[in-house]
Amino acid sequence: MSARDDVLARVRAALGRSTTTASAASGSVPRAYRERGELAPGSPEAVEVLVDRLVDYRAHVHRAAGPAEVATIVGDLLADAASVVVPPGLDDAWLSALGDGTVVVPDARDDPRTPDELDRADAVVTAARVAIADTGTIVLDGEPDQGRRAITLVPDLHVCVVRTDQVVQTVPEAVRLLAAHPERPQTWISGPSATSDIELSRVEGVHGPRTLHVILALPR
Amino acid sequence: MSRTFLGLPVRRGARTLPDDVGRPGGRGTSAGAGAASDAFGDVPHPDAPLRWGDTFPDAARAALQNTQLRRNLAHATSTIRDKRAAVVGEVPDWEALRDAGSAIKTDVMARLPELLEELERNVVARGGVVHWARDADEANRIVADLVKATGVDEVVKVKSMATQETGLNEALAAEGIAAHETDLAELIVQLADDMPSHILVPAIHRNRAEIREIFLARMGDAPPDLSDVPRELAMAARAHLRRAFLSAKVAISGANFGVADTGTLTVVESEGNGRMCLTLPETLITVMGIEKVVPTYTDLEVFLQLLPRSSTGERMNPYTSLWTGVTPGDGPQEFHLVLLDNGRTDVLADEVGRAALHCIRCSACLNVCPVYERVGGHAYGSVYPGPIGAILTPQLTTSSGGMSGHHDPNASLPFASTLCGACYEVCPVKIDIPSILVELRAREVDADRGRPTGWGAAMKAASFVMSDARRFALAEKAAGLGRVVAGPKGRITTLPPPASAWTRSRDLPAPAKQTFRDWWRDRPDLATPPADPVVPPQDRSALRNDPGFAEPGITPQDGPPPGNDPGFGERGEDR
Repeated sequence: MSARDDVLARVRAALGRSTTTASAASGSVPRAYRERGELAPGSPEAVEVLVDRLVDYRAHVHRAAGPAEVATIVGDLLADAASVVVPPGLDDAWLSALGDGTVVVPDARDDPRTPDELDRADAVVTAARVAIADTGTIVLDGEPDQGRRAITLVPDLHVCVVRTDQVVQTVPEAVRLLAAHPERPQTWISGPSATSDIELSRVEGVHGPRTLHVILALPR
Repeated sequence: MSRTFLGLPVRRGARTLPDDVGRPGGRGTSAGAGAASDAFGDVPHPDAPLRWGDTFPDAARAALQNTQLRRNLAHATSTIRDKRAAVVGEVPDWEALRDAGSAIKTDVMARLPELLEELERNVVARGGVVHWARDADEANRIVADLVKATGVDEVVKVKSMATQETGLNEALAAEGIAAHETDLAELIVQLADDMPSHILVPAIHRNRAEIREIFLARMGDAPPDLSDVPRELAMAARAHLRRAFLSAKVAISGANFGVADTGTLTVVESEGNGRMCLTLPETLITVMGIEKVVPTYTDLEVFLQLLPRSSTGERMNPYTSLWTGVTPGDGPQEFHLVLLDNGRTDVLADEVGRAALHCIRCSACLNVCPVYERVGGHAYGSVYPGPIGAILTPQLTTSSGGMSGHHDPNASLPFASTLCGACYEVCPVKIDIPSILVELRAREVDADRGRPTGWGAAMKAASFVMSDARRFALAEKAAGLGRVVAGPKGRITTLPPPASAWTRSRDLPAPAKQTFRDWWRDRPDLATPPADPVVPPQDRSALRNDPGFAEPGITPQDGPPPGNDPGFGERGEDR
């Protein structure tokens, strides 16, 4: 008997029933928890909660009225960066104020940079899929304006542009939105990388980007 | 008992790792190595990650001698308890989330065969390969063969309880494959050749000064002027592992959740070491216990709220990765999922104990447990310590006597609890750990019935004495002698065997000057007993409602209302 059949047979024996009598018990799960928050998606109140959480994680938060202002902020943040990795679908306008000293390093699924090349880059700029206010979480789902998972991991500085209309209040709201494409590789980011492994005290900055800048931009 | 580096007890039946295997930095040469290297030398790893060392009472007694350990644990667990209480307190629907989490897990167990097949189907459909392992050896064999097939002799690892449980690192080392732990706490444990003592923070028994010593002596590339500031220690780990991450070809991970209806796997982490392992290598091998499956993608909305707040006391952990099979052009292009039984079906077969499989490994129960806080994780002799370990470890090792073997240290684990109930209150999926502990204790006692034991003899003797009024009166008189033994302190601190089993760890109060029967006989004769004694609340025990007990001064007129007994079940995270 294969290990697969053996394990499945053991599971069935443990449950004391045959394969054909599967109970459909899923209907009995009580879901009295909040499926959405009281703050409307994209509302100034939801954005305020997000900002509060991000600051608590020691992420840096910036506000932009539109693409031109995003570009100015990106230019300022990357003033000292010699190179910046960008995903293929990033809004070009966001990079329009980059200094002459900053080389743009393009990365794409069909033209990926190696881990070492990414390690030599100083920063990365991406968009985001959705942000969760209650938990201060930004979710990337690998679409062209966010790029491969590796590009937001290896460079030490991540500039992430979140449109305010992408902000939802609760985890369930975000999960249901993401459920439209569960196959996309996701990274949920809540502040810069951190550890609580030494005496259970939180320390920011371990293997992931040690600096996280979030630019909250009003939708066009 | 010989001691290991920094005072940890050596485990019975232990062996050391071959030199330079499983140690990313090899032997350290930096400052401090000379002083500590002898102590490092004989720190062992057990052969059985689910059963090592003495019985719990013996191991606990030894651990209680270690004041440094108790200080470290008290500091760490009180920190995390406060953080958890704060972030749980701000969630208005926390109890509803717990109810949902508990019900989802119950549903998972009921439909486990179907859900596993569904998960397998969806992982395969997205380009993954699914393997099944009956036990630890089979899982280790599968992983070792997969690694060998890639032609590499070193791998990076994300912290994973499943691979701790199978002893994967040691198995790979025996095959000439070095496994580099990349989680900071796992790295500390691995460098010190130590054993984990906590589910979430395996090095919780180490303080910053000890971690600095370990890094200086063992890391190889630790800066010689390394201080014990946590941030500096974390930076040293970052520098140490950077090259390994960037050049790794194969990574091994566990999984927090496997979603049946989409084939999506989830790893919840903090440092980014998980992302490094899940994203940069060409091949990813994930070992997941079969109980970690969840039915639907949207069920994640429950667990991704429950887990971080219960575990590190954060609103959300810094990084969560979700992947489904292989994504062309992004991340590992070869993905293997190993589904592990290793005793889980024995747990599942037990209708009472089955709930232990609901555990999402948050470790909240460890952090609130008064027993864990004092003895630490090593005393439990299993990679699963604390309250959840006390019910999970014996059940996982049922087939080898872990539940009923008289000499099996695991059979002593259900007794490693005061039954205060704090673990149940904080459990995000509402596992009734105290009730399961009581059930397992009963079975352990049942299994021992018929064996001649001191306990049995004592009970027989008590039965003989107490079944006859004359004999009992004599015994009471004899007990009065205890007042002589107790002396002016009024406490008996040492007794000869077999009574020493009691006095070894507790004092016995001196017997009362007057026995109850004497008091009853000599009590003042009240001419008119109160006509209508205050009626106690309805669910007082029958004994207390007994009119014979309605003696003035005995009726508990001002007793607390039922359900408000501070001694039990009311001790949440504020304990």
